[in-house]
Amino acid sequence: MQFALLIFEPPQAFAARNADESDPYLGAWRAYHKAIVEAGIFVGGQPLQPPETGTTVRLKDGKRRVQDGPFADTKEQLGGFTILELPSLDAALEWAARCPAAAIGAVEVRPVSPEYLRRVTG
Amino acid sequence: MSGSEQESTDRITHRDTHRTVERVARESYGRLVAYLSADTRDVGSAEDALSNALVAALETWPRDGVPQNPEAWLLTAARRSFIDLVRHRQVAEASEPTLALLREEKDMILSSLSGEFPDERLKLLFVCAHPAIDPAMHTPLMLQTVLGLDAARIAHAFLISPTTMGQRLVRAKTKIRDGGIRFEIPQESELPERLDAVLEAIYAAFGIGWDDMAGVDQRGRDLAEEAIWLARVLLQLMPAEAEVHGLLALMLHCEARRAARRGPDGRYVPLSEQDYEKWSKPLIEEAERHLGEASTRGRAGRFQLEAAIQSVHAERARSGRIQWNAIMMFYEQLIRISPTLGTQTGYAAAVAEAKGADAGLAALDGIDSDDISAYQPYWAVRAHLLRRLGKTPEALEAFDRAIGLTEDPAVRQFLLQGRG
Repeated sequence: MQFALLIFEPPQAFAARNADESDPYLGAWRAYHKAIVEAGIFVGGQPLQPPETGTTVRLKDGKRRVQDGPFADTKEQLGGFTILELPSLDAALEWAARCPAAAIGAVEVRPVSPEYLRRVTG
Repeated sequence: MSGSEQESTDRITHRDTHRTVERVARESYGRLVAYLSADTRDVGSAEDALSNALVAALETWPRDGVPQNPEAWLLTAARRSFIDLVRHRQVAEASEPTLALLREEKDMILSSLSGEFPDERLKLLFVCAHPAIDPAMHTPLMLQTVLGLDAARIAHAFLISPTTMGQRLVRAKTKIRDGGIRFEIPQESELPERLDAVLEAIYAAFGIGWDDMAGVDQRGRDLAEEAIWLARVLLQLMPAEAEVHGLLALMLHCEARRAARRGPDGRYVPLSEQDYEKWSKPLIEEAERHLGEASTRGRAGRFQLEAAIQSVHAERARSGRIQWNAIMMFYEQLIRISPTLGTQTGYAAAVAEAKGADAGLAALDGIDSDDISAYQPYWAVRAHLLRRLGKTPEALEAFDRAIGLTEDPAVRQFLLQGRG
């Protein structure tokens, strides 16, 4: 089963994206990534640029609405995602707890939906 | 008395009553649930009945005063509610034997109101750790049925969603009710194995597998006090069992070090570097008493050996040094009984201290298990030994694996600093 770990991070975590190699948050992430790969469960994933680089588009009454910044204005913002191949939600929650972002932000675990993907892709 | 004085007196009375209800609930919960469900095996209804009784107590005690025998009051109220609940269910399921049983019991119950009623908690503990119940649910069941912890709190400690934990608890209780699991103390021949399951479940709530060299098992770590409470209950019920003394000694030794496990800045401090002035002497002395008691009763089991290892560490407060040879020897015996990944890792760490880092590394290399890829303590010990041997690239690799598997931010920080 595949699970997406949705990584929500506070501003200081986004600020650390530009820190040098000795930054402990970066070091923790490097180690976490290595542990996931070595455990043979890594499927894919990407970090995202900070939320202020986001642009949000809506169509309302046939008109385009474009907004600077992210969809929701909250303190913790989506900072990236990781997809893991695991036998159960219990295992996914264990890996989520080890994620460096869990201690300063939040990690949401969601099963991916291959059924819906099949309906979408036909 | 003026109106406001009356009000504040009422508030104090109300607060006191609330506290009394909490205290009685805490001390009597398991006794009442066990007693109510021993014959019907309907743990879920017993819990519902008791919670109705507790609500009733919170309503009536502030008004009428706390009854002379609060536990008997709760039993009467819970019993009434329990009969209603079971009858309700029985009507739906159209089965009479349980009801007949309840009626027969009535006289005994009435007589019990005046004083003691039988303590069935031991049977309840054995039911919770019954081989027919999923081992992963043994501890949650005990915490809920014997101590009255709610599913959400248990769920947090076990890293499971509260809804899922609630559903699993209900499923397990249904199995107890309908699956023919009997409320009884196992026979002599089965006792060691069945008792082990009970001890394992209590220890799982305690959750410190092995806490040296930044190797930390995270399971259920918020429940240490509850686990010690459970062990005390068990000891009260089985005072002659050496392993029960052993388990309590082990947990008390670890608990004694709680204040020393973090520096003033929240930094993680490994066991061998802890300031022993911060260890609790009364808890250590109590642990030693139980270990001594256990040793007079034969059968040197797993928990006595683990407690003995902790006892050697505690000895540092007196002698200023750690007798690693003794620890290594206890681990050797432990591996014979319980060759878990944790035991083998602990043994390798002890070998490293007693005979040198290369011997310790050889012991680690000798561990044959598929589970090491996700076992943090193994990588933490490996990292430290490789660093000591000057094998820098391999050490960095192992540090990364340990850091990546760490949940506790303080331990992660400690390892990041160690990695350099």
